Amino acid sequence: MNNLIILPIIIPLIFGMFMVIFRRRIILHRALSILGLAGTISVAAMLITQIQSKGIQSLNIGGWAAPYGVTMVADMLAALLLITTSVVALFVLIYAFKSIGRDKEEHYFYPLFLFLISGVNGSFLTGDVFNLFVCFEVMLISSYALISLGGEKGQLRESIKYVLVNIIASFLFLIAIAYLYAVTGTLNMAHLSVRVAEVGQDGLMTAVAILFLLVFSLKAGLFLFFWLPGSYGSPPTAVAAIFAALLTKVGIYAIYRFFTLVFYHEPQVTHLIIGIMSAVTMVLGAIGAIAYMDIKKILTYNVVVGVGFILAGLASFTAEGMTGSIYYLIHDMVIKALIFLIGGVIIAIAGTSKLKDMSGLIQTHPYLGWMYFIAALSIAGIPPLSGFIGKVYITQGTFASEYYWLGAIGLFTSLMVLFSVMKIFMNSFWGETILSEEMEKGTTKGVMLPIVALVMLTIALGLGAEGLHDYVQIAVEGLMNPSLYIEAVLGGNGQ
Amino acid sequence: METLMSILVGVFFAIGTYLILTKSLLRIILGTSIISHGVHLLILTMGGLKTGGPPLLGLDSLSFTDALPQALILTAIVINFATTALFLVLSYRSYKLLGTDDTSQMRGNEDE
Amino acid sequence: MKEPNDIILRGVTKVAVVIIFTFAINLFFSGHHNPGGGFIGGLGFAAALTLLFLSYDVESVKANFPVDFKVVTSIGVLIAVFTGLGGVFFNEPFLTQAFQYFDLPIFGKTELATAVLFDIGVAFAVIGTAMTIILTISEDR
Repeated sequence: MNNLIILPIIIPLIFGMFMVIFRRRIILHRALSILGLAGTISVAAMLITQIQSKGIQSLNIGGWAAPYGVTMVADMLAALLLITTSVVALFVLIYAFKSIGRDKEEHYFYPLFLFLISGVNGSFLTGDVFNLFVCFEVMLISSYALISLGGEKGQLRESIKYVLVNIIASFLFLIAIAYLYAVTGTLNMAHLSVRVAEVGQDGLMTAVAILFLLVFSLKAGLFLFFWLPGSYGSPPTAVAAIFAALLTKVGIYAIYRFFTLVFYHEPQVTHLIIGIMSAVTMVLGAIGAIAYMDIKKILTYNVVVGVGFILAGLASFTAEGMTGSIYYLIHDMVIKALIFLIGGVIIAIAGTSKLKDMSGLIQTHPYLGWMYFIAALSIAGIPPLSGFIGKVYITQGTFASEYYWLGAIGLFTSLMVLFSVMKIFMNSFWGETILSEEMEKGTTKGVMLPIVALVMLTIALGLGAEGLHDYVQIAVEGLMNPSLYIEAVLGGNGQ
Repeated sequence: METLMSILVGVFFAIGTYLILTKSLLRIILGTSIISHGVHLLILTMGGLKTGGPPLLGLDSLSFTDALPQALILTAIVINFATTALFLVLSYRSYKLLGTDDTSQMRGNEDE
Repeated sequence: MKEPNDIILRGVTKVAVVIIFTFAINLFFSGHHNPGGGFIGGLGFAAALTLLFLSYDVESVKANFPVDFKVVTSIGVLIAVFTGLGGVFFNEPFLTQAFQYFDLPIFGKTELATAVLFDIGVAFAVIGTAMTIILTISEDR
């Protein structure tokens, strides 16, 4: 029993609810939201040290013993994602202070933002399939509100699509839960793992597994990403950045949890499907990123490529692949938030997202330009930045499990990603300066702090990859060896 | 009984899918709520349909139903209630702003 | 526009709302051992309020009942979460409940449970959410 685990979920919830009571006090909102996220960061840090010294932590809510009640579990993967989430969210929040606008702030932007974080944290920490659904819904309902906040024409149109797709995905999730419950008679993840291992993963079970894969692919944007470019392109920059950094990652985390803990018995079927899906995702995403000449579209297609690449590590189902995936997952959360923020600033300055209509920004904004350059190199995985180490390990993993085609596609799409982000750099920063400082539609004032901080973070993650290695190893060990998780949750009983 | 329920669930899904594929936003919302009923029935059926007492009788009762699917359905209904309400408000606002509830006319050009 | 003649609706509403309120509170308290509880009690309460809003107009109800329902929701959630946190201070898991029998002056031997506090929070949250949704749709025309 460890009550710390519940705090990352309820701290944002409590702070958000306080803000709803004091609607007009925007300064209070800002202070409370920073305080809330700082609280989650410190709790996550405490969790990491505890997991390192004492193993996986669990909490049976209300004192109901493990397979019967709802269990919250914090393993190293969850804790690492937790701290990354909070840090990234904090910087995006600081960016939002200047950019989001008074009107949206009064329409509960900060409470919704914190509820979103609460749902994301809950999804990472839960040890129960149905509770995972509930946390997903908390996250999604906040995201529905955030994506339609402001209510412009294009935004409403895209939000209707987004909401509809996610409602259908939620139904599929419930259907999958119903089948799973019918076959196994339990919804506790550790208990599920035990039950599935006992009866073996037969055809029926694999079918259920693929239904779950379908659900989470819709959320993560793995292959089924048709809804993603539109809906991530329409909301304000801060919202798009947090969506790109977090929402798809929750789906990825769920796929990881399910296919390492529960459905790991038939990797030649399920993991091969994941591999094929991730290969197709990478190729299609990279084509999209190259084809468009619009900053928003290029960046959203880069999100898609990232999703495919992370899951290539899972498809390899080797320790190297997993290590790479975790490194890359952390890197991707940071870098996607960063590149969306910078993209947002460029669009704000130029007043358009079309690359053809902008050039020569390096004259007036040299720092922004070089920050973007670093971010672009990092996204493509150039050493010593943070994307490199993940890319190496994932490629190694795919080669070790003899999925040479998967590794090759991963490396090839990295080149295409580099091309697509450099296209933005060359078109917007190089060339003749057509925009004098007076003509600019927006400024960089007040928004550089989070960008600089995130750039520092990506450099630090790249240079300090060695320091992170111990933690990542613990996470990988937990993923490759489900008995650790089961032992932590069920203890002696239920075996 | 389970077979009958499965057929009913199938009918619900069919109607819901048909409605979602129509153009009118209101029909789409109705379609999602009909599918949600189908899903809830499916969870109930998958938990096993037993004619037994309520689940909180004490240790001496011999036959009782599984309480978990019912708890799941209650939670799912609440969540679905919230989502449907939000979806309704959203569609109403876009109807006001775009002047149509026909999804094929809603499609605008990229430059807006 | 002619003033609608809804004297019967208004007359019935005045009586019915009180009955529904009472029934909602009854449902709420029976929830501890019997069917009922915070969720359904809160919905009953919200139904009565909706009836009020229907038979009188939004403005006059708001003038007599000046409550922001979003605040009601958040207070409800806060009550529920903080009751859950109560267990944490006694080094029990989150959401642990406790109950004890007391001899109260009028009621006699009564069971007092912390779960009721949680349920009050749930009821507030449900009332607030339901009313917020209904008012959001009905406000503009």
